[in-house]
Amino acid sequence: MAETTFDATTLWLLIVAAGVGTYLIRLSFIALFGLLDEVPERVERALRFVPAAVLSALVVPDIVFADSTLALSLGNTKLFAGTLAALVAWRTENILATLVAGMGALWLLEFFF
Amino acid sequence: MSSPRADFLSGVRVAAPILLGVVPFGMVAGVAAVGVGIPAVQALAMSVIIFAGASQLAAIELVGRSAPVVVVVLTVFVVNLRMVMYSASIAPYFESESPRWKAALSYFLTDQAYAVSLLEFENDPETSRRWYYLGVGIPLWVTWQAATIAGIVLGAQLPAGWHLEFAVPLVFLAVLVPAVTDRSTGAAAVVGGTAAVVAHGLPYNLGLVTAAVVGIAAGLVVEEVAGEKATDETNETNETTNDAEGGH
Repeated sequence: MAETTFDATTLWLLIVAAGVGTYLIRLSFIALFGLLDEVPERVERALRFVPAAVLSALVVPDIVFADSTLALSLGNTKLFAGTLAALVAWRTENILATLVAGMGALWLLEFFF
Repeated sequence: MSSPRADFLSGVRVAAPILLGVVPFGMVAGVAAVGVGIPAVQALAMSVIIFAGASQLAAIELVGRSAPVVVVVLTVFVVNLRMVMYSASIAPYFESESPRWKAALSYFLTDQAYAVSLLEFENDPETSRRWYYLGVGIPLWVTWQAATIAGIVLGAQLPAGWHLEFAVPLVFLAVLVPAVTDRSTGAAAVVGGTAAVVAHGLPYNLGLVTAAVVGIAAGLVVEEVAGEKATDETNETNETTNDAEGGH
């Protein structure tokens, strides 16, 4: 693995700059909300779709990719485990149950195949 | 009735299984940082100051190649851009908090804390927003730091066969499925997920941000066409909805 040539000062500068910027991104709308007189209605409607769109965009690639290639085949155990977990999530709406079903299915499939 | 203590603890209870998936991820961050020659103190400082796993891993990769500092910092910002959407989405629930509390709560805004808290806020208006969210966020924070330290100390000793990292998408899945309540949220999920697969190759996590935006747009379009939720969601502004067509 490559070793960095950065000295301590450069690393600190980098970490603090990245950290402060990331914090400001987090703070952005939380701080602005209420300062703005009114959130535009269009924005408010769009925000309703943030959880569904963002979570799906986070989850789906993790399930359908194996070793960064698309794996929609029987060999992809995460596809089975993910589908089962989705069914459990739908029936129970419970995070722990979904986690147990998904991890359990993955472990079993990995063990047997 | 709920008390701050009870709400904090119910946040902790929901966060507990999520921690399982955070541990291997945090360890990887620790292992990778020392692996490219970042000293232990700075490796831990990354986890404390930046506190955003995917962006830390991207930064570590670039630090290992001694990329220009500006490039490293900008990469971290781009990878964390999705948090703008979390900030906007969760902001209404923190509206009544003081500026000081808003400043403190913002630091704990992560994928997991956002997803879990928003679900609770939508379902139960009685819950203390602040304490429930901190109940989720603080254990996540502590676990992330501890896992980073473990990674720094232990090195690359992760049991890869356990696939613990799979716990993270499973938690998002558990929150995602109930979030799909009608055709328009369904469209946002299907299009967002598909777009994320298509845009997977884009650098700096841009695929995620692009997919999220496309998914939101799909939700808006379907809502417009199906006319769902137009009346009960926004009753006072709903007359302007129809003539605001194409006016942005």
